[in-house]
Amino acid sequence: MSISRRRFLSWMGAAGAGTAALARPGHSATTQHFEGYADAGAVLFDSVICIGCRRCEAACNRVNDLPAPERPFDDLTVLDERRRTHWDSYMVINKYYPNGKENPPVYGRMGCNHCLEPACASACFVRAFDKAPTAAVTYDETVCVGCRYCMVACPFEIPTYEYHKVISPRISKCTFCHPRLEKGLLPGCVEACPTEALTFGTREDIIATAKERIRRHPDRYIDHVYGEKEMGGTSWLYLSGVPFSQVGKREDLGYIAAPKLTSGALAAVPIVVGLWPVLLTGIYAVSKRREKIAKEEKENAVAQAISAEKAEAEANLTQEKEKAKKDKEAAVEKAVKKALEDAAKEAEEAGKKDSEEES
Amino acid sequence: MEHDFYTLQDFMTYTKGVVYILLPLILIGFVGFWRFLSAQDREE
Amino acid sequence: MSHDAAHKPIMSPFVIVTGILLVIGLFITVMRFTGGLAATTNLSDYNPWGIWIGFDLLVGVALAAGGYVTSAAVYIFGMKRYHSAVRPAILTGFLGYALVVFALHYDVGQPWRLPYPFIMQSGTTSLLFEVGACVALYLTVLFIEFTPAPLEWLGFKKARNLVVKLTMVLTIFGVVLSTLHQSSLGALYLIAPSKLHPLWYSGYLPVFFFVSSVVAGLSMVIFEGSLSFRYFKDKMDEAHMRDKEDVAFGFAKAASFVLAGYFAIKVIGIAVDNNWAYLATGYGAWFLVELLGFVALPAFLYAVAVRDRSMTLVKYTAGWTVLGIVVNRLNVSLIAFNWHLPASERYFPHWMEIGISLFIVTIGVIAFRFIVTRMPILYEHPDYEAH
Repeated sequence: MSISRRRFLSWMGAAGAGTAALARPGHSATTQHFEGYADAGAVLFDSVICIGCRRCEAACNRVNDLPAPERPFDDLTVLDERRRTHWDSYMVINKYYPNGKENPPVYGRMGCNHCLEPACASACFVRAFDKAPTAAVTYDETVCVGCRYCMVACPFEIPTYEYHKVISPRISKCTFCHPRLEKGLLPGCVEACPTEALTFGTREDIIATAKERIRRHPDRYIDHVYGEKEMGGTSWLYLSGVPFSQVGKREDLGYIAAPKLTSGALAAVPIVVGLWPVLLTGIYAVSKRREKIAKEEKENAVAQAISAEKAEAEANLTQEKEKAKKDKEAAVEKAVKKALEDAAKEAEEAGKKDSEEES
Repeated sequence: MEHDFYTLQDFMTYTKGVVYILLPLILIGFVGFWRFLSAQDREE
Repeated sequence: MSHDAAHKPIMSPFVIVTGILLVIGLFITVMRFTGGLAATTNLSDYNPWGIWIGFDLLVGVALAAGGYVTSAAVYIFGMKRYHSAVRPAILTGFLGYALVVFALHYDVGQPWRLPYPFIMQSGTTSLLFEVGACVALYLTVLFIEFTPAPLEWLGFKKARNLVVKLTMVLTIFGVVLSTLHQSSLGALYLIAPSKLHPLWYSGYLPVFFFVSSVVAGLSMVIFEGSLSFRYFKDKMDEAHMRDKEDVAFGFAKAASFVLAGYFAIKVIGIAVDNNWAYLATGYGAWFLVELLGFVALPAFLYAVAVRDRSMTLVKYTAGWTVLGIVVNRLNVSLIAFNWHLPASERYFPHWMEIGISLFIVTIGVIAFRFIVTRMPILYEHPDYEAH
């Protein structure tokens, strides 16, 4: 698929390359389509063929140097109880009786399905998980913090944790025998399978094989390749003769790839950072301005009140002054009048004296 | 600088990584630009 | 201000209870770091997150929202009359976040690697990366916002005045960071639609978490204010005493209306995913308890309290709302999570997990008391102007 070979200019390159780069659909995740690594491997588990011999479990244990189990792998009574992956078992085979105990059992596998878009990788905040070109979802224990968000995220409930370890507990899960795949070897379980219940090939071939088996034996298989679309597709695919929910597979997971579940929320992050400061500063500026206006109005009111009072006081003062002036004038007039009267009196008395002296 | 992306996961890791580099620059830029914008208010 | 209250040993039962909780906590701490998670928790491969995430992280962060809510109200929205509520809210926020980070050291497998996402390899597609980055940054912001109090206490005038100058920038950063990580805590669960019950799983989870964090912040300020009034009355200055009711009624009014909005979007959440049918199930009944009992009811009670100017009703409603936030966060993280599993595979906390959660709350109370009785939190330092 050539679409998977699509090239994207980096943001720096795009800035320089201009419109040619913008013409490519590199602006958002939603318009893109990623097909995964073209030649990556895949495995088909056919529960119609599986005989429940547990040799895959034994091989898995051996090639991964896992601790020896309490009961040996040839003890098939282990299958009587429902088991799940654990820190010391990367995969388990479970026995189901979908058609009642009187009919032969059907076996199901529980183990990492090596999603094309792994939820664990999307959830990991140190990028400990990686979808490798071999199709293996690998785990890097040297960076793992142990937050266990991958376990929350995984829809298949696969990753397990070494809760018992004190110093350096790790996540453990099927590795798809990544080191063996790189050497060109088959995964341990596939190599050990005595029937064709486990088949390895490229994903395209495996899906074609699965569909061919359904086409040839429509009576044996239900028409569904589990993992072709589930959670955006997985590198482990399953065939079954009974509904998958009866052999331990959830059918309500949906087809949306894990990274798409969170892409909306993640996309909101930079928008908040880009616009919140603008909005908040705007509100701040508005409230500050309102405060300033209120302050100015208050000051104006005070100033007005003061000047009004001043004017009144001045008016009072001039009135007082005028009154004082009038009073003063009156007083002066009075004094002059009195002085004149006094002078007249004196003159009169002086005249009398003169006439007495003359006579 | 050209990149091949085979999975959405890798593409998002890359683009979100670029965005996380931009975010602190944006925040610091806002502070600087606001100071530039309201320099006259401060002088008053 | 009564002076003899300051000298009598406050609540000697307090000393006894906290003492016991601390001893138990220290014992479990030793167990945790010598025996591992298996020795102290009921976590399993199906249930990777217990109450150390559900309570210590999710509830802790939500209840520490008072810091950004109050500082935004006062410094950004210009509601100066709530100024006296800022310092206690910032202090609670700072202690809350510090304890969240402290609690994470118990939960993660290799706590010394907690800085790895920022120094070794960044998983940028993870909501947890976003939460981690924001919590780390916001803890720093809260610390700087808190420093004026100890700087005044210690008498470092210049440093204090420098920090005060940063108030606006810090407040805006604080609101941005809080918006992001409060919502991202809800967004953590977006990746697990097959594990979380449909009534709680929603594309709106981040919005629900953010809006309810505002409610949590407002209610915590009221709740904690009433406790402070009860136990640290002698430390309050006139402004605090005078504004106390003003703050409580103002915040209650805001909380009431935000709760109304929260109620509305929760109902919209059911409608857009067509989850009505689930309401008739057992989980639906529990969902309605949360929606009606812990969202609609407190919205109404706050409204009545504000109309009647009833301080008592405001206080009790605040306590009830805080409890409602606890219920919501535990519903999302534990009760409605893994609802598809048979009862035998479901999680119930080990007593030691509860012990550590109590231990951490106790440390918070002790630290709050230590600081409030020494630094200018509930009063203004006479030598400094309010900022």
